[in-house]
Amino acid sequence: MARILTAVFLMAAVTYLPRFLPVALMKGRLKSPFIKSFLYYIPYAVLGAMIFPGILNATGNPVTSVTGMITALILAYFEKGLVTVAVISIIIVYVSGLIVKYF
Amino acid sequence: MSSFNKGLKLGIPIAMGYIPVSFTFGLMAVQGGLSPWIAVLISLTNLTSAGQFAGTSLIISGGTLPEITLTTFVINIRYMLMSLSLSQKIVPNMPLAEKAVMSFGITDETFSVASLEKEDITFSYMLGIITLPYFGWAFGTLLGASASSLLPQDLKDSMGIALYAMFIALVVPASKKSKAALTVAVVAIAINSMLTWVPYINSLSSGWDIIISTVVACIFGAAVFPAGEVD
Repeated sequence: MARILTAVFLMAAVTYLPRFLPVALMKGRLKSPFIKSFLYYIPYAVLGAMIFPGILNATGNPVTSVTGMITALILAYFEKGLVTVAVISIIIVYVSGLIVKYF
Repeated sequence: MSSFNKGLKLGIPIAMGYIPVSFTFGLMAVQGGLSPWIAVLISLTNLTSAGQFAGTSLIISGGTLPEITLTTFVINIRYMLMSLSLSQKIVPNMPLAEKAVMSFGITDETFSVASLEKEDITFSYMLGIITLPYFGWAFGTLLGASASSLLPQDLKDSMGIALYAMFIALVVPASKKSKAALTVAVVAIAINSMLTWVPYINSLSSGWDIIISTVVACIFGAAVFPAGEVD
């Protein structure tokens, strides 16, 4: 139990520090258009890299993972909300898992 | 409407989106043998998706403390970029104590929403955005941890898609509006795929892969589509 609590504490520390230090240390505004553009693109790059190829292992079955990915892409393209996309993707993955298993 | 209430309202869809994802986290932690209260403690103190999933699977699989710490840290380095990015958007002269509280709530989603704000970000506005997602994240974890034994395995496996579905729901609508943003996301995906599959360069951990992909894709974006769509 001590090992687990220590691990949780360390995880919390290395999650908080990257969030806190830059905003705490950075004074004033950056001038460079290059750096401003770089920072502007961060959410898109991070989300892209977080999605793929990690999503292929999301459900433990590549076929249902890809089905879920396509479902989420279609719903997101039509600008459905976070909850709708998440919940419908889960349902489609579940149903496609049953199909793969029994047919 | 006060800026806190305005933020609170923006936090509602994020908080609801967190429920299925943190639910999955709660399931995963309890299935791995952790107690429900440890799972909730992790969510309350970490408030992050990928980092705490990775750290917790290492706790479960018997990873060493340095391994757990380093893996979690590497996955979370992206927050430094977000924090730096937010430092350019907050009101000038925000006190350090307020920065200390506000920065705890930086997540992929709260950051994305706050980044889209036109005006400078105030403390009360950011606090508003963070509040509901924070409790939603903990509440979903508790639900998942409690429901673990009630749900069939197939359904639990299916819930693994929730985190990715939420990322897709964030990135796709924004990429539709900006060809530059779409290109940067696709470049990041291409680099991450190479770092995952191409022999010799596929030996790094996935956390490093994400940092390298992000930095290279953003340099690409800044070089090819400079400033065009900033502000």
